[in-house]
Amino acid sequence: MVRALLVRGMLAGLLAGLLAALFAGLVGEPALDGGIAYEDALAAAAGEEAGVAPVSRGVQSTVGLAVGFVIYGVAVGGILALVCATAQGRLGALSARATVVVVAAVGFVAAVLVPFIKYPANPPAASADDTIGLRTGLFVVVVAVSVGLAVGATVLARRLSATLGWWNAVLAAAGGYLVLVVLVGVLLPTIAETPADFPAAVLYDFRLASLGGHLVLWTALALVFAELVDRATRPAAAALR
Amino acid sequence: MSQAAAEPRPVAIPAPIPLREIAPWALFAGVVLLALLYLVGMDQGATSVFSGEVLHEFVHDGRHLLGFPCH
Ligand SMILES: [Zn+2]
Repeated sequence: MVRALLVRGMLAGLLAGLLAALFAGLVGEPALDGGIAYEDALAAAAGEEAGVAPVSRGVQSTVGLAVGFVIYGVAVGGILALVCATAQGRLGALSARATVVVVAAVGFVAAVLVPFIKYPANPPAASADDTIGLRTGLFVVVVAVSVGLAVGATVLARRLSATLGWWNAVLAAAGGYLVLVVLVGVLLPTIAETPADFPAAVLYDFRLASLGGHLVLWTALALVFAELVDRATRPAAAALR
Repeated sequence: MSQAAAEPRPVAIPAPIPLREIAPWALFAGVVLLALLYLVGMDQGATSVFSGEVLHEFVHDGRHLLGFPCH
């Protein structure tokens, strides 16, 4: 049962990753090129010679982009499947299909949207090279804390539902998550490294494209996985319809 | 939940999978899946499991557009 869910989740993630890579290639690459153009202009002004890149821009922006998104999609799809295996039948009257959609929505908010608001995606050359360690560490912390709080809020909502009913229980738990995650966001250090003359339109377009790519990936993942889960359980479910 | 059996329910509520059954999968598959996320999002950046920069350079655009910290 767990194995069947895991395979379907990773398969849905593969499809979602390809779809999101297509979106990222069409919408995100122009903004990413804007960052590289700024970087090249800086290097040219400093009189630096362009070095030999180990991977060409043509490969990076096509095959590399797709492979990156597909690996991310497969990994997130597998993790979503493991969480859904745990959640299904434990979240009130939700069907297996509805469980997938709810878990994916909570996952998107906790693992992508909230971390993005604190530490948004950056195009090339918009960050300082020597702070990569700090930026990576803080990013991992905000994702881990946000996901941990969301898991805690879900468990709390389940407990409270017995006395408050699901509507009020979910409102109370979501409110608790929001208060704590905002507090964590305020306490964590701010990173403001974008050079003053970095093109604002490039930064804006890049961040919007990054969030859009995640939205495409997580939506496609949730809907495809939900359909696969529904099909797998249909013979049993049909008897109850 | 307490409705009479004669009344058809609109949706089928799945039976919970015992946690004992999920635990080994969550442990082994979970570690592999998180390792994949690490490789695509972080390796050859702040920390390196594989030396060099070819992996970083190959998935570079995905790393930026997926929101992972890079350059
Ligand atoms: Zn970079």
